[in-house]
Order: sequence, then structure tokens, then C-alpha cells
Amino acid sequence: MPEPPPQPQPQPNEPEGAVAGTGMGGGMDLAASEASTLEPASHGPDGPAGSAATGAPGPQDRPRSLWSDAWRDLRRNPVFLLSALVICFLVLIAVWPSLIAPGNPLRCDLARAQDGPRPGHPFGYDGQGCDVYTRTVHGARASVTVGVCATAGVAVLGSVLGALAGYFGGVWDAVLSRVTDIFFAIPVVLGGLVLLSVVTSNTVWPVVGFIVLLGWPQISRIARGAVITAKQHDYVQAARALGASDTRILLRHIAPNAVAPVIVVATIALGTYIALEATLSYLGVGLKPPSVSWGIDISAASPYVRNAPHALLWPAGALAITVLAFIMLGDAVRDALDPKLR
Amino acid sequence: MGRYIARRLLQMIPVFVGATLLIFLMVNVMGDPIAGLCGERACDTATAAQLKREFGLDKPLWQQYATYMGNVFTGDFGTAFNGQPVTELMATAFPVTIRLTLVAIVFEVVIGITLGVVTGLRRGRPVDTAVLLGTLVVISVPTFVTGLLLQLLLGVKWDWIRPSVPPEATLDELIVPGLVLASVSLAYVTRLTRTSIAENRRADYVRTAVAKGLPRRRVVVRHLLRNSLIPVVTFIGTDIGALMGGAIVTERIFNIHGVGYQLYQGILRQNTQTVVGFVTVLVLVFLVANLLVDLLYAVLDPRIRYA
Repeated sequence: MPEPPPQPQPQPNEPEGAVAGTGMGGGMDLAASEASTLEPASHGPDGPAGSAATGAPGPQDRPRSLWSDAWRDLRRNPVFLLSALVICFLVLIAVWPSLIAPGNPLRCDLARAQDGPRPGHPFGYDGQGCDVYTRTVHGARASVTVGVCATAGVAVLGSVLGALAGYFGGVWDAVLSRVTDIFFAIPVVLGGLVLLSVVTSNTVWPVVGFIVLLGWPQISRIARGAVITAKQHDYVQAARALGASDTRILLRHIAPNAVAPVIVVATIALGTYIALEATLSYLGVGLKPPSVSWGIDISAASPYVRNAPHALLWPAGALAITVLAFIMLGDAVRDALDPKLR
Repeated sequence: MGRYIARRLLQMIPVFVGATLLIFLMVNVMGDPIAGLCGERACDTATAAQLKREFGLDKPLWQQYATYMGNVFTGDFGTAFNGQPVTELMATAFPVTIRLTLVAIVFEVVIGITLGVVTGLRRGRPVDTAVLLGTLVVISVPTFVTGLLLQLLLGVKWDWIRPSVPPEATLDELIVPGLVLASVSLAYVTRLTRTSIAENRRADYVRTAVAKGLPRRRVVVRHLLRNSLIPVVTFIGTDIGALMGGAIVTERIFNIHGVGYQLYQGILRQNTQTVVGFVTVLVLVFLVANLLVDLLYAVLDPRIRYA
């Protein structure tokens, strides 16, 4: 058995200590801290795919990578399977909402405003007499689009900047650390209100752009830490001694070994971004009608909550299940990738 | 210690300048600071030019920012569009939000740490699994949904609380809004404490304490908890700033006239002075809270020395 990883001593001068927390709400902080528990786990004596972590297979066993190992774990994890199922369903109805809700979400009948469910309209009607079921189904598209696009943007921008800072160090690293500090000091909902209130466009792209703008420092900090850990390994020295270029070392040797924490944080972040979009839409600065979004519907339903709570509960439930699915998926992936917890 | 504080204070300056500059630019460059003065209609060009000259908006941006910051440090946050000084708005808004944040932090500390200790000591048991699942659900449900649901159930359906908070906003009226504001962080504090306790439970000093024959309660509170609280204190400290800034949603739901309300109104009415002023104060609160947390480390863990 290898010795247990040393107890991490809190260092007041670490960038994490200087300005921690994200102001993004617990979910995002959760993601961040869980990724930082991932990092120390991967510099055990035998590297990230350490044999000790996999239950010490004998030397004659074919060495399994961290990924195949994680995948073996995930396939048997009911939480992962359930959340993956929910996410597949969500993506499906985001792409083809008419598959299960053939109606037009913008067709409303004021005569039926706030009515309860009736045959063919299982969720009832909202304050404007629109069919809540159709609107809830069609609302999935905005949420999934924002979540996926924002996460992709944040992950790419954050990991590129973070990896470069971690790998090259020096001035660039110091500048990046200060810039991330600045972004962490601005409360997210507040920044969203200020920035998006001046945007008049009615598409998801300003929201995506805003999330990328305020979200990348999170990932870049994680990526930077992971790259710094990975670049101290012997195989990097070996590659350098063999004359590999910086690009090759970064892409072929460091990236595969540093990507795990980024993936975990990105998955959990996807859920929180969906919640953030809904919050901004609820405050009236995210998506705006006639876009169909759960945040808009919840905002529109809240004045009628006394008479027609169903118009609030269905989109709210859909939103909660979506966010929950992504956070549980991230949680399961984290468990599978973090050998320390086994 | 003194040198450490000095260095940290110096480090805070670029962050403070950067964050306020960012907000200043967002408001002044992307928005039109005088648009709000003419109401719903656009200002006619002569009035606009006159107003711009009057407020010094024709000067270069860096000069505007420098003038503004200079005024802020003499305690002059400018005047809101209704003629009220921004400091006056702050004087009415901040006490309410501070009370709300206080309630939220009390919830975080009391419920969060208790649940964390209970589950951390019983890792893998049913109570642990249940609480863990509960925290996941709380984290997943966005604050505005939790708030609206509680308002609907407690305020409208069961009539336990008043659905909206009167302007005085005394502590007992802020209990439910405080719980809503705290909910996500509460779940996070629970998880953090649980992980930390479960990790430290196997530490040598705990075994020593048990071997000495100390009562279990004393082992848990004096030895285990004190050592496990460091990450939790960090989180709660950084959360203060986030709670005060994030209260926008909670304050809107429960109609609390605090910082979030003023900010929301300021942003809707394009009331530049209010927005920039409040954000500047919030950024300061955030930075100071972070510094205090770092200094608290030394109290909790005497092994940490500041050079």
C-alpha cells in the first residue's frame, strides 16, 4: 500500500486562499472544491492511474487507464445511469420538442387563463391562457442550449488560458491569477443584471456570452492547478529530454492527465449555468418573451401563484430535475475519477 | 503577521480597482448613463449634450473613473436620479441586507455544521445518504424556485408567515427569507463539514484523544470539529459577499427593501450612480471578508504562521 496522500496544509498565500468562492452560489463552489480534492489525489506515487488506486492488480494484469476504469465504475452506478437517461431525454425534447408536444407554445387562449388541467392539456393553463405542458416541453431547448454552449465556451477558453498559465508560469501566470481574482470579486447575478440589462437582443447568445465571460476564471484556475501537478511528472521530463516541443508536451502528455478535474467541474457547472440562465430570465434580463424559457414562465406565473400554482410548479419542477440530473452526473463522474474516495 | 496583512492589503488594491473599473465600464460604456434621466423617451441631442457636460461625461473615461473613485474615498457616492444622495439610500438599504445576511449565516452555521458533523460521523449510514441526497436536491433547485415555493406554501397556503416583508424588516420577519437565501450555501456547508469530519476522524490526534479516555462529546467538539472547520470557515467567509450580492433574487421575491432591491431598481431605471456605488461597497465587503477569513486560519490552526 502506498502511503496516504499527505494532509493538505492550508496555505494562506495560495490563489485559492486569496480569493476563494465564486459568488456563483453553492453549486459552482461545490464543483470547484470537488475538483481541488481531485488534484491531490492524482499525484500519488504512481501517477493518476495508479495501480494502488485500482485495487492493486498484479503485474501480469493488463494496465487499465484511469478512463476505462472510471467507465467500468460508471456503468454500474445507478445514479449515473439515471441522470444520463434524464439528460438523453432532455436533449431529445430540446432537439425535437414537437415529438411529445405538437402544439405551438405561443398559441394562447385568454378565455382559459389560469384553468386547471383538462384532457389533452395535462398541466393546465398559465396566466395568459397558454398551455403549460407545451411551454414546459419547449422551454427545454433554451436551457439545454445555454447550458451546453456556455459550458463548451467556458471549458475551452478556461482550460486553454489556465493550461498556458500553469505550463509557462511567470508573468502571464501572475497576470491571469490577478484577473481571475477580479472576476471572482463580482457577484455573478449582479454582473449579469448590469451587463445584460443593456443588451436588447432576444437570443440565447448574449446570455451564453455573459456566462462564458464570468465563468472562464473558474475553469482556468482548475486547469492551471491540474497542469502544474501534471507537469512535474517524470514522463514530462522524459518527453522534454527526448526533444519534444512545448506544444507536443502540452497536448500529448499533459492534457490527457490534467483533463479529469476540468471535465468534472464542467459537468457540474453545466447544471449551475442552466439555473443561472433561469435566474437571469426570472429577473427579466436573460431571455425575453416571446422566447420560451422556464425562467420566463416561472417569472410570469409568480404573480398568479395564489390562483394558479400549477403554472409555476411544472416549469420549476422541470428546471429542478434538469439541474439535478447534471449535478448528479458530475457527482458520479467525480466519484469514478477520484481514486481516493474508493 | 503585520507584514502579511500589509501584503494582502496591497494585493487587494488591483482586485478592487479591476472589479470596480469593470462595473464602471459596463455601466458607462455599454449603457447610456443619461438615458435614464429622460424617462422612457430618448433625450433630444441638445439636452443630452448639456447633461453630459454637466456630469462631466464628455471627459475621457479614465478621468471619469478617477474622479468617481476620488469622490468615493471622501465618502461622496454621488446623487441618485431622484435627488437623494446614494449614501442615504445605502443607509436605509444596508442594515436590512446585513440583517438578512446575518440570519442566513446563522442558518448556515447552526444547521449546516450540525448536519455535517452528524453525517460525517455516520458516513455510509442511511442518515448520511438521506442528508447527502437532500443537499443535492437543495443545490439543484434554484433559489428563486425555493423562495417562490416557500412563499406559496408558508405564506399563502398555510398562512404561517406574511408573504412579503414590511419595510422595517425585523429579524423575525427575515427568518424564512434568510433560510431561502442560505439554502444553497447551507447544503454546501453540510457537504464540506461532512467531508472534512470524515477525513479527520481517522487522524492520529483523534485516536490519541479517544485513548486518553476523553468523553466522546469532548473529542468531537474540541479536537475533531476545531480541526475540521478550516475549509468551512473559508467558505462562509467568502460567502458573505456572495450572499449580500446574491440577495437580489430573495429580496425581490419577499419584497425586502435592501441592497438587492435598490440595485435592481437602479439597474432597471439605469440609475448609474446607485449601481456603481452599491457594487463598489459590495466588492469591498467581499475583499475584507476574504482577508478576515485568512487571518482566522491562525486562530483555528495554530500550526499556521504568517511570515
